[in-house]
Amino acid sequence: MSTTTPTTPRNPEGSRLTPKQKSRISQGIQYAVLVVVVAALALTANWDRISKNLFNPSVASDLLPMLPNAFVNTLKYTLAAFALALLLGILLALMRMSSVALYRWLATAYVEFFRGIPAMLVVFSVAYALPIAFGIKIPSLTLKAALALGIVSSAYIAEVLRAGIQAVPRGQIEAARSLGMSHTRTMITVVLPQAFRIVLPPMTNELILLTKDSSLVFLIGVSAEQFELTKVGRDALNNGTGGLTGLFVVGFAYLCITVPLGILARHLERRFGEGSRK
Amino acid sequence: MSDQPVVIIDDLHKSFGEREVLKGINLKVNAGEVVCIIGPSGSGKSTLLRCVNQLETTTSGTITVLGQDITDENVDIDALRTRVGMVFQQFNLFANMNVLKNCTVAQRKVLGRSEAEAREIAMKNLAHVGLEDRGDARPSELSGGQQQRVAIARALSMSPDILLFDEPTSALDPELVGDVLKVMRELAEEGMTMMVVTHEMAFARDVADRVIFMDDGVIVEEGPAAQVINAPTQERTQQFLRRVLDPTHSGE
Repeated sequence: MSTTTPTTPRNPEGSRLTPKQKSRISQGIQYAVLVVVVAALALTANWDRISKNLFNPSVASDLLPMLPNAFVNTLKYTLAAFALALLLGILLALMRMSSVALYRWLATAYVEFFRGIPAMLVVFSVAYALPIAFGIKIPSLTLKAALALGIVSSAYIAEVLRAGIQAVPRGQIEAARSLGMSHTRTMITVVLPQAFRIVLPPMTNELILLTKDSSLVFLIGVSAEQFELTKVGRDALNNGTGGLTGLFVVGFAYLCITVPLGILARHLERRFGEGSRK
Repeated sequence: MSDQPVVIIDDLHKSFGEREVLKGINLKVNAGEVVCIIGPSGSGKSTLLRCVNQLETTTSGTITVLGQDITDENVDIDALRTRVGMVFQQFNLFANMNVLKNCTVAQRKVLGRSEAEAREIAMKNLAHVGLEDRGDARPSELSGGQQQRVAIARALSMSPDILLFDEPTSALDPELVGDVLKVMRELAEEGMTMMVVTHEMAFARDVADRVIFMDDGVIVEEGPAAQVINAPTQERTQQFLRRVLDPTHSGE
């Protein structure tokens, strides 16, 4: 470890800046870069075209009456799919941790399969392959959406749940068992409450992804009152006026769902996490 | 039952895969006795202790605890574990509960005691370990020594007949070890039956009725604490104690 150079003094002859001054300058540069980038974007953008084709106020206000219904439909498809995904996901997670090898194998195969193919294929299959193969015709669009999206999402959720449960330290389980708690009692009293907090952030991700994937129901063919947000945006796109305005409007509507979700998740995380971890 | 040993281990073998970590252990522990198990790491002493409440399953041999052969798969191990408390090296307090709840949850859910009774017993035991005023604290807000004392109170709250200690002070800062050992010494004086895996030789010498020295999966030497620690007869015991008691000169 011996070197010929002496240890560098904190403020060598060449530089007259103290560490504090240096950090001030570094911060100043960072702000300056941000200002320059924003200014450059503002100056080079063509505001006239933007207000006509991207954020056209009159086209946007024409769209507004259609939004509440589409907003509710998006929520409906998402929540129905999430409910099914959660049920299936719990089942798959339990199967993956089963002592029966066949169950573990089946669950792993399921997860790998549905994680690996585009959700679009599953949506098509539920709508068109199921009736052909089994003669099953699902009447409700919500149910079809829930089934297709739920099947895909459950593969991800199963993995999130399994990882969350297995992340609870082994010592917690041993302590519970050493006090005479049964395996099930240990799960309910000690493991799941701790796993809940661990899976909260990735589960929020899942729900947000699902919200956006709900746009895939347009593939199944929907009637006007069944439109969800993306369908409304796409139709506005084809109307000819307003350019991309429709897409930006529904994009904003999606944010109205997903941003509060993120805030809610952080709030829950703080509440349930209070003191349970340093 | 009082004149019969509370723990009888008979020709116990335990393997992890190919590796045999316990190679035929025979041991009896009488009611009210304090037995300390010492030995180098990897000697199998923790595994032996964990077999006594079946946190480790046994490969062959029998372990009779409080008159029941716990290696029999038909035995209600959950019921038996309520009578055999365990204290872990890493404390393992339930992270999702406060101190009081840690001490009441198993009383309520397993023993079916009422809320009031469970609370009273928990508070009595928390007072016993000097932490009756920390009932509302989260485990993460306590020092290691305090957490371990809560863990002891939690085990005591089940009113066990036997307490198992698995290196209870090994994860503690040196200045916190004394508080935990003091609680354990008081328990011993009150007549609790204890099996203690430990590296604290002074505690073993002063508190234990009997000391077991284990090495490489077998009991090498056992006897009264003063004899095993002050005048061991086996070469391996002498070597181990030299290393533990005088680590700076053990290489000479």
